[in-house]
Amino acid sequence: MPALAIRLRGVVKRYGPVTAVAGFDLDLPEGTCVGLLGPNGAGKSTTMRLLTAQAIADEGELEVLGHRLPGDSKSARAVMGVVPQLDNLDTTLTVEQNLLVFTHLYRVPRARREEAIERALVLANLTDRRKARADQLSGGMRRRLLIARALVHEPRLVLLDEPTVGLDPQVRQELWALIDRLRSEGVSILMSTHYIEEAERLADTVTVMSHGRAVAVGRPADLVAEHAGREALEVYGPPARLREVEDDARERGWPTRRTGTSVTILRADGLNGELPEGERRQATLEDVFVLLTGEEIS
Amino acid sequence: MTPHSGSAHNEVRARLGSPEEGADARTEPRVRRLDRAALQGVLVREVVNFGSFWRSSTFSSTVEPTIYLLAFGFGFGSLVSKVNGLDYVQFVGTGTVATAVLFSSVFPGMFSTFVKYQFQHTYDAILAAPVDTEELVTGEALWIAARAGTYGCVPMLVAMAFGLNPAWGMFVVPVIAFVSGFGWACFGITVAAVMKSIDNFSYVTSTVITPLFLVAGTFFPISNLPQWARIAANVNPLYHCVQLVRHAVFGFQTEDLWHLGFIVVFGLVMWRIAIARMERRLVD
Repeated sequence: MPALAIRLRGVVKRYGPVTAVAGFDLDLPEGTCVGLLGPNGAGKSTTMRLLTAQAIADEGELEVLGHRLPGDSKSARAVMGVVPQLDNLDTTLTVEQNLLVFTHLYRVPRARREEAIERALVLANLTDRRKARADQLSGGMRRRLLIARALVHEPRLVLLDEPTVGLDPQVRQELWALIDRLRSEGVSILMSTHYIEEAERLADTVTVMSHGRAVAVGRPADLVAEHAGREALEVYGPPARLREVEDDARERGWPTRRTGTSVTILRADGLNGELPEGERRQATLEDVFVLLTGEEIS
Repeated sequence: MTPHSGSAHNEVRARLGSPEEGADARTEPRVRRLDRAALQGVLVREVVNFGSFWRSSTFSSTVEPTIYLLAFGFGFGSLVSKVNGLDYVQFVGTGTVATAVLFSSVFPGMFSTFVKYQFQHTYDAILAAPVDTEELVTGEALWIAARAGTYGCVPMLVAMAFGLNPAWGMFVVPVIAFVSGFGWACFGITVAAVMKSIDNFSYVTSTVITPLFLVAGTFFPISNLPQWARIAANVNPLYHCVQLVRHAVFGFQTEDLWHLGFIVVFGLVMWRIAIARMERRLVD
């Protein structure tokens, strides 16, 4: 069994009356990419803060690359890179200067600093923008710079907090390629996201998080098979008709989910009884996500 | 204060695990409290950033006290020719060094700290690297103090143009300005850590900073004030800075040990308070 880059056991974090993380377990084997999937408020960002000791857990065990947190977190932070959800580049500095600052913060030895900056520039495909100020870059370039900044010290583990939130599809694909490259180089990755496709494409295993807990863990395909079956049936119609279908399904014990414009009956391939008319399609991770994390938006 | 009397957060960190000399320790950078490498990281970030705003910062930090010096020096100077045996311009020229130190340390401490953690989220990025709040605050305060040590000398140089005689003691002035500026920087960082909104800063400016700035023996000697005001001035760190600077220029006295002791203790106490308050603010 490979060593674990991250090992969390029974982690609890409370903010006053709110319990943001409520007994969370997580294993991240070295060299793999784990997707932390959950709706807003599920505790993903708090988990990320716990891993850098910017939040201190009330209960539980946290281990990062063999270092116990929070006591030994500084050693852990020295060998991991963090890509924050919020852009916190130094906007008046150039691309190169932003990277230079982080070679110092991450203690890259003087003799290797220049090389580290070059490598990061190539990785982020920003070599020809090296002299541009950060506030002159496009949204996608800034994101790439944020990622490159977290990699100057060749970390063994990278935390990506919602790496593509708010970006258009083209830029998102570009970042996926970058993350995929890291993964193929053997870097361990923990990526929080609420984009299903992102988790599906990049993650070796997915941990679905809801109300501060892991509600499902597994490979994306296995999770779909286990929780949503092979096929789903989409039933369209006016709201009254949708309610009728839902009530009917509940009576028969069929799992359903709302998709806004339709009701989806899950496990449509294995259900007994006469199914209503609708469109059959393959079950997806999104079905699992909505099924497990609830449909209400809190 | 012992080296291990760190704040609650550090104690938590120390209790829950000590650095192990395991297999990883050989290849990974060694870490400890108040790491030189961490301080260097924070300072390099400041120095590189300073390259993009040094003009405006230098302008405001030097022009403002110079205006005070000229306005008071010539305004009052026409009414008062001598104070405590000194020409009024010499009296104010040495006194406004402390003003320059105060302005160039407490305001960056307050405003840029608040902006960096609240609006730019810079501290989130720094604390995700192997840097602790203690090192972050110390690095920021050292950098502000270094600037105060430099800018603090400007009024003295201007006063020299208006007849202040050079003295060897002037070479000590940057050091006094640095020590004093460190304390005020930490005071400003504490204010930033405690305040919920940047608008609340005006409460501190008008009730704390303005009175301290006026009753420090900068523009008029405190020896002529009522006794309560003299006592109040003695707990004002700025007063001790004014006295030290003046004596550095016109001749040290034994009481300067007391003045020096006061600003050193002020700096150390504010340093620990700033770290504790920032840690409460930055670490949940």
